[in-house]
Amino acid sequence: MSGEALLALALGAVLAGGAAALLPAPGERPQRIAVGLTTLGAALGLAAAASVLAYGPSAGLRLGWALPGAELRLQIDALSAWFLVPIFLVSGLGAWYGLDSWRLSEHPASARRLLGFYALATAAMAIVVTARNGILFLAAWEVMTVSAFMLVTTEDERQEVREAGWIYFIAAHASTLLLFGLLGLLWRARGSFDLEPFAAGALSPALASGMFLLALGGFGIKAGLFPVHVWLPPAHANAPSHVSALLSGVLIKMGVYGMVRVTWLFGDPPLWWGALLLALGVVSGVLGVAFALGQHDLKRLLAYHSIENIGIIFIGLGLAVGGRAAGSPALVALGLGGALLHTWNHGLFKTLLFFGAGAVLHRTHTREIDQLGGLAKAMPRTALYFLVGAAAICGLPPLNGFVSELFVYLGLFGSLGAAAPLRWLPAVLAIPALALIGALAVACFVKVCGAVFLGEPRTDHARHARECGPAMVFPMAVLAACCVGIGLFPALVVPALDRATAGWSLAGATVPLAGLAPLAALTWTGAALLAGGGLLALALRAAGLDTRLGTWDCGYVLPTPRMQYTGSSFAQVLVTLWRTVLIPAVTRGTSDQLFPGPSHYATRVPDTVLERALLPGLRGIAWLLAWLRPLQRGSIHAYLFYVFLTLLILLLFK
Amino acid sequence: MNTWRLVEGSLHLLLLLGLPPLLPGVINKTKALMAGRVGPPVLQGYYDLAKLFRKGMVFSRTTTWVFKAGPVVAWVTTVLAGLLVPLMHHAPPAAFAGDMVLLVYLLALGRFFMAAAALDTGSPFEGMGAAREVSYASLAEPALFLGFIAMAKLTGSLSLAGMFSGTLPEGWSGAAAALVLVTASWFIVLLAENSRIPFDDPNTHLELTMIHEVMVLDHSGPALGLIEHGAAMKLFIFGALVLDVLIPVTTGDPWLDWALLLAGVLLLAVLIGLVESSMARLRLNNIPKLLVAACLLALFGVILLMV
Repeated sequence: MSGEALLALALGAVLAGGAAALLPAPGERPQRIAVGLTTLGAALGLAAAASVLAYGPSAGLRLGWALPGAELRLQIDALSAWFLVPIFLVSGLGAWYGLDSWRLSEHPASARRLLGFYALATAAMAIVVTARNGILFLAAWEVMTVSAFMLVTTEDERQEVREAGWIYFIAAHASTLLLFGLLGLLWRARGSFDLEPFAAGALSPALASGMFLLALGGFGIKAGLFPVHVWLPPAHANAPSHVSALLSGVLIKMGVYGMVRVTWLFGDPPLWWGALLLALGVVSGVLGVAFALGQHDLKRLLAYHSIENIGIIFIGLGLAVGGRAAGSPALVALGLGGALLHTWNHGLFKTLLFFGAGAVLHRTHTREIDQLGGLAKAMPRTALYFLVGAAAICGLPPLNGFVSELFVYLGLFGSLGAAAPLRWLPAVLAIPALALIGALAVACFVKVCGAVFLGEPRTDHARHARECGPAMVFPMAVLAACCVGIGLFPALVVPALDRATAGWSLAGATVPLAGLAPLAALTWTGAALLAGGGLLALALRAAGLDTRLGTWDCGYVLPTPRMQYTGSSFAQVLVTLWRTVLIPAVTRGTSDQLFPGPSHYATRVPDTVLERALLPGLRGIAWLLAWLRPLQRGSIHAYLFYVFLTLLILLLFK
Repeated sequence: MNTWRLVEGSLHLLLLLGLPPLLPGVINKTKALMAGRVGPPVLQGYYDLAKLFRKGMVFSRTTTWVFKAGPVVAWVTTVLAGLLVPLMHHAPPAAFAGDMVLLVYLLALGRFFMAAAALDTGSPFEGMGAAREVSYASLAEPALFLGFIAMAKLTGSLSLAGMFSGTLPEGWSGAAAALVLVTASWFIVLLAENSRIPFDDPNTHLELTMIHEVMVLDHSGPALGLIEHGAAMKLFIFGALVLDVLIPVTTGDPWLDWALLLAGVLLLAVLIGLVESSMARLRLNNIPKLLVAACLLALFGVILLMV
């Protein structure tokens, strides 16, 4: 069966699942039918992607459409297939997760809506990555955006959810506006909305750069690139957890896809495009993780890590664009290979982490990191999988995050030898930045794992937690296995990755990644780590007299769980170090009397861009525009006078 | 030739596992002599390890498997990292493109688990130590990588074995200033990563200002032995890196090279002892400044190579 036919069947199954959720049947049955159909659709979609990644691009599908300039034109090439994999994997697993975390019987009003728009968003994303006509792309993009808005606002009875939804809605439409501009320039350049590569030299540099910058703005907002990330933290924090996973694992990757696809259009990009992408990636990566360190809300913290990882992806993409500008296939293979593999990897471990955070939220009803603690005893499997995801997102070997980061590192080190300053200077910037990002991520995830899962429970919320059901734990197990699998056996995914990057590098000269990166060494390292660690653990178990006592309390008699180091205190050193950008807000009580009463101390790291630049700026604009308000008089005579005045001016300056 | 590789590899592993406990002994002896004391025997590190491995372990009721995994992961990652570092002119047992990245990230994996193990005890002291360990490491890692940039630019190699191979002497004659800066930067990183003065004082226990020692407060018996041995290995690894840059010459005779390495490492330990005898620990808020200075030193080294 052809790739398009499989994809059509997959979309049919997913959408039928969404429709099935609206059936008026009582009990859990509509949701079960929906999940079954979504699973079927996801399996079919993965089969479509796998067939393309194994046997080459599909033939393509072209159908007429009544809209001028529009065509129903789809094709699954290796690049599309690469992005189809996380779309179907994450939405399939998320549907299972929702079976337990967002039950129809517990949320009778919102669950149907959620299931319907979940299916719609999945289908729209699949069309976004396969559309080859600009209008079709934009239509699917808009359906995806609006469905995601409906998903984010699932709990719209809460004020903060509505606010998060509005910020997302406005940001997403600013993004769409820029994409309209991009399509306008596409029409001007080509006379059609076909998304096909331009012939070399067919475009003026100004037009090409204009299209590139509009795409960067539009897709950058969607991807959550700093400083246009403002919608991302509140939306991810306030959506239901499997929706957060879908947003972070897949939806923001549509911005990455857009950037990869648009740069694919141009055969000979100038070097500065690559340098700009890379610089933005560095800013996004470093500041994303710095802001994550200051967060107290578990899901908001994970959202900032999405910004960080998008930064890493953009560093790789910038490297690839620079590599193509400089005619270096090795840089393209490592840069784009790293970026694309990190897209998968982030989809895997971030989904895993959001599922884990959702499980914690489900059982403890709080997202406050400092209210939790000791959950590893009550929720051992969730804790184990979360720890795997945490180590993976820090880029630690032998997990998948290390593989993609190593590709990017190798590309950066490889570009050091170049002569042009615009080629080696970004690497000097990006290598220490990547090291900084990695080390800060370790600090942040030690904080999260330690404060949430280790130590003693800090509140009753945490004390009464218990493990979640299999529908929520099983998807986490699958994702953790994927993280370990890619980390241990990168050679298994690299052939597919080579196909995806080969389609992007137009010149045809491609270098297989296996010749550039030490894939076998990664497998050996992983095996040595697991074997050495396992043997040593067994030896220790055989040797040690396992005596259980209390934690050494330095002689203090009555330690309580409240004396534990909290997540906030853990991050305090680094937050202080980064105070110039983070600008933490501290509120504290005074204790100036001889016998001071109870006091309080609270810190918060607000989003600097949103709360200190964007909102005051928008308020300023609103204030300025308020001066125009007297024009709106509400009387027909005044409006007729305006019409007359306009007419007069037009006649005068004809 | 293959037999020789095998001999060299075994010797590498032997040195990596056997030599490190000597280094803290040498450092402490130097400090004692500087202070006019007799001090503990040079071999005290081995005696301590022998004793620790004979003992049983005590675990806190608060802890989970993460606490037990901490020392194990930290030790295994340090051994694997040690297998990637060239010892003077002897190629390491494992070398491939990007092994310097793996080296740093393996150590980061060990740090991740040690810090998580510290938080697993629920003790505020250990939380403090863990927080400081991961915070200061975030500034030490960029300095290390800036040094790698300089070495990669100088030698055009993407692996540690290539960076510290035969072309380095020409590097010293052409770009000595840059290499001096990298050496200085890495020496500061060595002191920071191994919790030596001026970053941390390994002699005082139970102080609010401690970093590494307070992080491992609850470990006991063989687990503590693994931590102590791993920490000594880490010192050896960083010492080997500094020596790799500093002493680019080869005598031609491999056995003489091994002897030179031994002498170099011991001299480095004496140098650390002298540093520790001559200065006090920095205030905690000044530690980041020194680490940023290490980054800047290496960055200036890179800039010198670029112009």
